Amino acid sequence: MYRIVEKKILSPTVVQLQIEAPLVANKAKPGQFIILRVDEEGERIPLTVAGTDRAAGTVKIIYQIVGATTEKLSHKGAGEYLQDFVGPLGEPTHLDGLKKVCIVGGGVGCAIALPIAEALHDLGADVTSIIGFRNRDLLILEDEFKAASKSLVVMTDDGSYGRQGNVTLPLKEMLEDGEQFDMIITIGPLIMMKFVVATAKPYGTPVTVSMNPIMIDGTGMCGGCRLTLNVDGKKVTKFACVDGPDFNGYEVDFDEAMARGRMYYGFERHAHEAACNLYKKEVQ
Amino acid sequence: MANMTLKRNVMPTQDAQVRARNFDEVALGYDEQTAIDEANRCLNCKTKPCVTGCPVNIHIPEFIQKIKEGDFEGAYQIINRSSSLPAVCGRVCPQETQCESKCVRGIKGESVGIGRLERFVADWHNTFSTEQPVAPAPNGHKVAIVGSGPSGLTCAGDLAKLGYAVTVFEALHTAGGVLVYGIPEFRLPKAIVAREVETLKSLGVKIETNVVIGKTLTVDELFDMGYEAVFIGSGAGLPNFMGIPGEGLCGVYSANEFLTRSNLMKGYRADADTPMMKGGRVAVVGGGNVAMDAARTALRLGADKVYIVYRRSMEELPARREEVEHAEEEGIEFCLLCNPTEILGYQNPNDPRDPKNGFVRGMRCVRMELGEPDAKGRRRPVEIPNSAFEMEVDTVIMSIGTSPNPLIKSTTGGLEVNSRGGIIVNEDGLTSRTAVYAGGDAVTGAATVISAMGAGKTAARAIDEYLNR
Repeated sequence: MYRIVEKKILSPTVVQLQIEAPLVANKAKPGQFIILRVDEEGERIPLTVAGTDRAAGTVKIIYQIVGATTEKLSHKGAGEYLQDFVGPLGEPTHLDGLKKVCIVGGGVGCAIALPIAEALHDLGADVTSIIGFRNRDLLILEDEFKAASKSLVVMTDDGSYGRQGNVTLPLKEMLEDGEQFDMIITIGPLIMMKFVVATAKPYGTPVTVSMNPIMIDGTGMCGGCRLTLNVDGKKVTKFACVDGPDFNGYEVDFDEAMARGRMYYGFERHAHEAACNLYKKEVQ
Repeated sequence: MANMTLKRNVMPTQDAQVRARNFDEVALGYDEQTAIDEANRCLNCKTKPCVTGCPVNIHIPEFIQKIKEGDFEGAYQIINRSSSLPAVCGRVCPQETQCESKCVRGIKGESVGIGRLERFVADWHNTFSTEQPVAPAPNGHKVAIVGSGPSGLTCAGDLAKLGYAVTVFEALHTAGGVLVYGIPEFRLPKAIVAREVETLKSLGVKIETNVVIGKTLTVDELFDMGYEAVFIGSGAGLPNFMGIPGEGLCGVYSANEFLTRSNLMKGYRADADTPMMKGGRVAVVGGGNVAMDAARTALRLGADKVYIVYRRSMEELPARREEVEHAEEEGIEFCLLCNPTEILGYQNPNDPRDPKNGFVRGMRCVRMELGEPDAKGRRRPVEIPNSAFEMEVDTVIMSIGTSPNPLIKSTTGGLEVNSRGGIIVNEDGLTSRTAVYAGGDAVTGAATVISAMGAGKTAARAIDEYLNR
C-alpha cells in the first residue's frame, strides 16, 4: 500500500498528489511514468511523474478527473492509501546537449512538461514555455513555469486569461521571427501535439512528443500501447511503455493514435457516470 | 491387482454448450474411486520411463503407488519433493508429450492418466490436508528471484526448502506471472495459483509486488542489497504482430493484452473497471495454446462466432490436442491454411464522427498450401494465387508469439543475449554474469509452464551448489 502524503486541488478538475513510494522517488526522471491502482478491484492507469522528492521518498502526480478511476482517485484524501504504485516506467526525456528549448504544454499535460522545463533550466538551458488551457479556471502551475523559463506565454481558448488562441499561434510567430530552438518538447492532447508538429515542420525544428496511450502492464508485455511510426517511409510498430513515452513527433501516426485512444470512449463515459452516481448516493 | 483396461478413465468435464458461456473450470477432476482405479493401471515398471519424460523428474510410480493404497497425502508429499506447483502442473502440463508419452501402457492402449492423477492428488491435499509446510532453519544466504511466474516460483520454492532467504520481485500487482495474466480461469482457476503462492510464503518466501527489475531496481542493486545470487525468470515480452496494414485499428488486440484484460484485470466480470471488447465476431490469428485460450475466452465473453485462423494445417497446429478438441466442441471454427494479409477498418464516408470509424470491420486473407519442409521440418505454407477473400469480423486477436522483454538486458551490464533477445545460459542456467541465473521464457522465448519450472529447478540446484562451495 502507498500512502497519500499530500493532496492539493489545482483546478476544478485537476488534482495533485504526493505519494510515498521511496523506490520510485529514488529513480524517477522527467518524462517517466508510473502505473497505479486505486483499490483491489481497480484498473491500472498510467500517469506521468510530475516531480519527486528523494529525501522525503515521495512522488508527485497530477491528474485530471476524466473517467471512473480518476474519479475514484479524487475521493482519496491525504493519509489514505493507494493499492498499487509501480515505476518508474518508460525512458526519461533526453535532455543532454539541449541549449535552447521550447516547451509546449496543453492542459494537464503541463504537469508533465513542468519537470522537464525545470530539469532543462537546472542544466542551464534557455527555456521558452508556451502553456495553453481551455479557460482561466483550468490554468495550473503558472508560477512554477515562470520560475523555470526565460520567457512564458500563457494561452487560453476563450481569452479569459493570457492571450486568446491555440499554443501553435505564439509558436509559429517565434519560429517566423527566426527563433532557433534545438528542440520543441510538446506534451498535451494528441490533436495539439499533431498541430505543434505541423507548425514546426516548415522550419525543420525537431519535435519530441510525449505519448500517453491506453496501457495495462506498462512493462512491455501486453502490447496495448503500441503506435505506428513512419520511419524513412517504412511503417514501424513501437510500444510507448518501453520505447517511449517520448517519440520523434515527425514519425508518429497521430491519426491512428487518436482513433485508438477512442476505443473505449463509450465504456469510459458510462463507467465515469456510474462512479459519479455512486458517490452522489453516498453523499445523500 | 493391476487394472488392465486399455482405455484410461475419462476426465469428467462440464458440458460443452454450458461451459462455452461460463468461466468455471472445464475439467472437473477424478473422484477418489476413479483415481484409485486409474492408479491401478500403472504397472510400476522397473525402468520408470515416465520419470525421464518429466522436466522436473517427479517420482511418478511412487506417488501412483500411494494412490493405490489410498494414501493421498502420502502421494502429495512425494510429488511435492520434486514440484512446487502440483495443482498447476496437473492442469496445464502437456503430459501427452512428456511423462505419458513414455508410459509402457501407451504401447498397447492408452497411457496411464498421470496428469489427471497429479491433479487429483494436489486438489485432495488442498481440500483435505491439515499439514502445514514448515519453513526450514535458515542457512544464512539471500537469493533474489525476478518474476513470480512458473520458473521463478519453482526456483524460489526449491531454494526456500533448503533454508535460503528468498525474495521474489514481481512487476505486476499479483504474483503468478503467466499463470494469472495469461492462462484463463476455466483452465487454471486463480484461487489455485493463489493457494500455491501461499504455500511458498509459508515456507518463508517473500514476495514483493510492484517492483520492476530493470526500472525500480537493477540487478546490480540487488547484489548491493546483499543478495548473493539472482535468478531471472522475467518471462516472455512484447507481443509480435504480423506487420500487415490495419493492425493499429480499434478492435485489434495481442493475445497478451486480450487475456490480461480478461484474466488479471477481471475484464470477464460485468462489474470490472477495465474495459474490453466483448461479443461480435472474433478472429484469433495463430495456432498455439495461447491462441486456443484467447479464442475460448472470447467465446465465453459472449462472441457470436470465433475463428482460429492458422496458416498451416491441423497436423502442424502446435496447441495441445486436448485444447483443440475442447475448442472444437465449444463451437470454435478452425480456418486452416489461411493467412491474413490486411485488417479492414470501418470508415463512414458521410460521417467523420461515426463512432464506428476506426474500428475493425473485417479481415482479408489468402488461402495457403503446404510446400517443402523448412529448417525445423515443418512444411512451409505457400500462398495460393488469386485466393484472396474477406472475413467479416469485429475483433482480431494476434497470437503469433512474443519477443523477450528488453528491460533487464538493457540495464544489466555483461548480460549476454542471443539474436532473438533471449538470455544466454549454460546447462545450469548460469548467464554470462557471475551469480546471475535465468530460465523460462526469458531464455527460450514462449514455451510451456513445465519447461519453465524445469529451468527454475535446475537453476535452484546450481545456485545451491554455487553458494555452498
